[in-house]
Amino acid sequence: MTTPTTVTIRGVTKRFGTLQVLAGVDLTLEPATVTAIVGPNAAGKSTLIKCLLGLVRPDTGTLAINGHAVGADWSLRSEIGYMPQATSFPGNLTGSEILALLDNLRGSRAGGDDDLLDAFHLGPELGKPIRTLSGGTRQKLSAVVAFRYRPGLLILDEPTAGLDPLASGILKDKILRAPEEGTTVLLTSHIMAEIEELARTIVYFVDGLPRFEGTLEDLWRKTGEQRLERAVARLMRARVMG
Amino acid sequence: MTALKILRYQLRDVFRSRWVIGYTLLLLAATELLFRFGGSGERVVLSLLNVVLILLPLVSLVFGTMYFYHSRHFIELLLTQPVSRSALFAGLFGGVTLPLAGGFLAGTGIPFLLHGGATGSAPAALGMLLMLGVLLTLVFTALAFFVALHVADRATGLGVAILLWIGFTVVYDGALLLAMTLFTAWPLEGPVLVATLLNPVDLGRVLLLMQFDVAALMGYTGAVFARFFGSLTGAMVAIGALTVWALLPFLLARRKFLRTDF
Repeated sequence: MTTPTTVTIRGVTKRFGTLQVLAGVDLTLEPATVTAIVGPNAAGKSTLIKCLLGLVRPDTGTLAINGHAVGADWSLRSEIGYMPQATSFPGNLTGSEILALLDNLRGSRAGGDDDLLDAFHLGPELGKPIRTLSGGTRQKLSAVVAFRYRPGLLILDEPTAGLDPLASGILKDKILRAPEEGTTVLLTSHIMAEIEELARTIVYFVDGLPRFEGTLEDLWRKTGEQRLERAVARLMRARVMG
Repeated sequence: MTALKILRYQLRDVFRSRWVIGYTLLLLAATELLFRFGGSGERVVLSLLNVVLILLPLVSLVFGTMYFYHSRHFIELLLTQPVSRSALFAGLFGGVTLPLAGGFLAGTGIPFLLHGGATGSAPAALGMLLMLGVLLTLVFTALAFFVALHVADRATGLGVAILLWIGFTVVYDGALLLAMTLFTAWPLEGPVLVATLLNPVDLGRVLLLMQFDVAALMGYTGAVFARFFGSLTGAMVAIGALTVWALLPFLLARRKFLRTDF
C-alpha cells in the first residue's frame, strides 16, 4: 500500500421520513489508523457507513475517499472492504462461487489476501451453499471478503459479533495489522473491551452527530474514567441529563 | 461488461431453482396436447393465445417479484462492490427475462417444429405469437420489478403483483365491456381503440386475432379493429404501443433502483 487512504465527511445530513438520522456530520478519519464509532443504538452509525459505501444517498453534504466524492464514482468501492453487521450472501451460491464472482468483478485487484481464509480453515466449507452454513461461518466468510482485495479503507460493522473466541482473536489480530499496511479502518462495536484493544481514535456518536472525537487518552482525561465502558456510559448519561 | 458477469451468475441461480424448467415443460405439454387433439398449426396458435395472454403475465409477475425479493442479499452484496447500479439492474433484469422468454420460445416453438405445424398461414401467426410472448414477458417482468422496488414486504408485494394481473386480464376487460353496454347509444370506436392501446394484454389479443379471420367474432367494434389493426399502420401502432409498454415500466423501475437507499 503506497499512500494511506483518507476519508473526509462534510456536513452530511440524512432524513428518513420524519427521523433525522444524520444531522450535519463533519468527520475526518485519521489515515492508517483504526477509528471506532461508538454510541447508542439508532445514533446513525450504520447510516453513516452506508453513506460511505454509496448504499444510502445523503440529503446534503459530501463524503470523499482520497479526495473523490462518493456517489459520483462507483469505482471508488474498489478501495473499500466492507463487513456488514448482518452478512448478506445469496443462499443458493457456494462460498467459492461468491469469491469467484467478486474476484471477477474486482478484475486486476483480485488474487488477494488469503490469510484469513487459511487461518479460519474455511477451505472445506467453501463448496457448500451459503444457506447450509452456520451464522459464524458466514461471518468468517464475510471477513475474508472484506480483507481479500487489500482495500485502502476497511469498514467493519460489528465484526466479531457471532464469532467464537478463537476466530474473534484471529480477526482482531488481522485488524491490528491493517494500519501497518497503510489501511484506514472504520469500526463499530458494542464491545468496549474490543474497541479498547483495537482502536486508537474514538468517535462518540449520538442523535446523528459526533459529540466526542479523540484518542482513548483524551477520553480518559475528559471523563475521569479509566475504563472505556464507564467513560462511554458517562458520556451517555451526561447527554441524557442535558 | 459488468452486467454480463452479473447475468451469468443470476442465470446459474435461476436455473438451479428449476422454476423455469417447470414452466418450459408446462408450455411444452400444453402445446403438444393441443396438437394431439387434432389441431392444425393455425388452430393451435389460436388456442395458445389464451395461454400467452393469461398464463404468461401471471408467471412473469409472480416469478419476477419473487426473484427480486430473493435477490435482495445478492443486490446488497454487489452494491458494496465496484459495480454501477445500472449494470447491476441490467444484469438482474436479464437474469429473469432471458430464462422466461427462452422457456416460452422453447416450450411453444419446439412442438411446432416437431409437428411441422408452421404451414399455410400459420408461420405469420406463430411468429406474431412468439413475438407477443417475448414482449409480454418483458412488460410484466418490468412491472414485477417496479412493484418489488416499491413494496418492501414480500407478501404484500406478491399480492400487489397478483392484483395487477387480475386487473390487466380480467377487471380491465370487464370494465370496458360494462362501459360499452352502458353507452351503446354513443359512438365508441375511438375510446375503445384508445382503451385497447392502454392494456398490453388487450393489445396482444387484438394483434394476434387480426392474423385470422375471426375478427368478425368481436362484433361491432371488431370491424373498427379490423380496419385499424388489420392495416399495416395499425399493426405498427400496436407494436409500437407494446414496445412503449415494455420500455416504460423498465425505465421507471430502473430509475427507482438507481435512487433507492439500501
